[in-house]
Amino acid sequence: MSTVAEVRSAPPRRRSIARRKATDLVIKVFSWIGAWFGIAVMAFIVWEVVVRGAGALSIAFFTQPTPQDVTSTAGGFANAIVGTLVITGVAALIAIPAGFLGGIYLAEFGRNGRVATAVRMIANVVMGVPSIIVGVFAFAIIVKPVHHYSGFAGSVALAFIMLPVMARTTEDILNLVPNEIRESGLAMGAPRWKVTLGVVCKAARGGLITGATLAIVRVAGETAPLLFTALSSPYWMTGLFGPGGFFEGPVANLTKTIYDFSGSPYPHWQALAWGGALVIIIAVLGMNILVRLLFQRGKEW
Amino acid sequence: MSTVELDATQSPGAPRGAAQAAPRGHRLRIGDPIFQVLATACGLGLAVAMFGLAGVLVYNSWPAISGLGTSVFTTVAWSPVDHQYGALAALAGTFLSTLVAMVIAVPLALVIALLLVELVHPAVARVVGTAIEMLAAIPSIIFGMVGIFVIVPFIQDKLVPWLLTTPLANVPGIKPGPQNQGGGLSIFTAGVVLAFMVLPFITAVSRDVLKMVPQVTKEAGYGMGSTTWEVMHKISMRYANSGIVGAVFIGLGRALGETMAVAYLIGSVYTQLPRSLFDPGTSIASLIAQQFSEATDKIQVSALIELGLILFLITVVFQIMAQVWLRRVQRSTGGRA
Repeated sequence: MSTVAEVRSAPPRRRSIARRKATDLVIKVFSWIGAWFGIAVMAFIVWEVVVRGAGALSIAFFTQPTPQDVTSTAGGFANAIVGTLVITGVAALIAIPAGFLGGIYLAEFGRNGRVATAVRMIANVVMGVPSIIVGVFAFAIIVKPVHHYSGFAGSVALAFIMLPVMARTTEDILNLVPNEIRESGLAMGAPRWKVTLGVVCKAARGGLITGATLAIVRVAGETAPLLFTALSSPYWMTGLFGPGGFFEGPVANLTKTIYDFSGSPYPHWQALAWGGALVIIIAVLGMNILVRLLFQRGKEW
Repeated sequence: MSTVELDATQSPGAPRGAAQAAPRGHRLRIGDPIFQVLATACGLGLAVAMFGLAGVLVYNSWPAISGLGTSVFTTVAWSPVDHQYGALAALAGTFLSTLVAMVIAVPLALVIALLLVELVHPAVARVVGTAIEMLAAIPSIIFGMVGIFVIVPFIQDKLVPWLLTTPLANVPGIKPGPQNQGGGLSIFTAGVVLAFMVLPFITAVSRDVLKMVPQVTKEAGYGMGSTTWEVMHKISMRYANSGIVGAVFIGLGRALGETMAVAYLIGSVYTQLPRSLFDPGTSIASLIAQQFSEATDKIQVSALIELGLILFLITVVFQIMAQVWLRRVQRSTGGRA
């Protein structure tokens, strides 16, 4: 009896070959549509920014500071571009050496030990922490105690975001280097630090440069961590200290200025914001594509 | 580890050729420990920084936690003037916009991952995969700007009026609520844009996970006469299902904490619970972004930091879950993600 029941229940399961092939075709078509759709969205965003931003790019855009007078059509984004370069640069100076050494720890010393596994997991988790939370953190530890916003606080926030990215990419890239290379270095009697820096890292140079560049580019477009750290300013940064200085005052930066200007009701300010968006997208996508093309070989041994 | 042993075996040999070997042995002993300590400190520093961040958030949100109690989670009255900080609307907006994003992004990411792993030549897959990954490189603020100037008008002028002519118009969740402003600036719009922001993450991780399925297993399926979809659906996805769950959690964590694009698009209504996806609202991250620098009241700053702490805890839980699921698939396939 039971076998009869099984046989009876079997036919609906055994679908006709035509139907199975049709399902397969539908899914294949959908995946092509999906992929093209994803690429189209990407292209559409770039296209919109280029079309709306190209008109704003002029010599004044790169040489004049942000306008304060809403009626004039002068002004540019020069102070914001300089500010973003400085804030991101300082963040890189903090995070790249530290992240690089952290990656060396994970790949060369910690390896699969319990502590390193925990550190690796924490690094992965930190990479997923929303950037605005990091902004709040930098506000609480730097801005709040000294009672003023500063470009440096922005740099610290960005460095915090870069750190785990840098450590994990360094580790992944060093792991690609065959162990024989380490062993041959050590067999020559070289100390471990020399083998790691002079042989292993040298072999993985391309990948390391790619990783560091992508980490920098990733934070260069961040807005949320700067909202209440670096804040924004219509002026040029005046140096390191003093009310307009990097350590003691708000520093103009591209992303926050774009945010403020794009939300303003003045067409000229909105146009400048699109110009700023174009500059950022060119820098970010350009660097992304450039390092991928230049150092593609470093990624695959 | 092996270096330490190497050093130990070398140093006893040093006295034999004392004149030449001494300076060299000296350098060995100093250089390696310093290097190892430095690297280890940076590695551990990373972990310490994470706990430091959590501690700082707890410390700074303490005035709100002790002063406001649970009213932050249970009330919708957000009024700094009256010292009322109920963030229920922000919590609701965060979850609803993330839900919309995931409903769109997960199936899309899975079919794209299928294409990349099974259907096209690896060279084509690399180009297509890189193009999708580039979406992740576009700054959040640009998603927000393109959203507000292009997608908001489309949803407001085309999608919502069309929806209202269909029977769907009376379905709860789509039917506009009293706060509705036309549907352009809404939770739905924020969710749609979020979907494309998290798409590259889910696609990349699920592609890597699907790649870990052993070729032999798949070939066994093809050998039985299965179609590509049957192999994908019944073999690959079952084999790698915990990894796909991990990929989804990574996307979830991203969507929950995304700030700038949502701040542009969600409509910034702090004081009313949304009745519909097409109603304006707010999210935790966008509420912090919009109010933090203007907050003058100490308890308001503290309440905002408390919301940050909540968002931090939620995203950390999702990230940890993602890591756990991804490790599970790594162990079962023996591969590295």
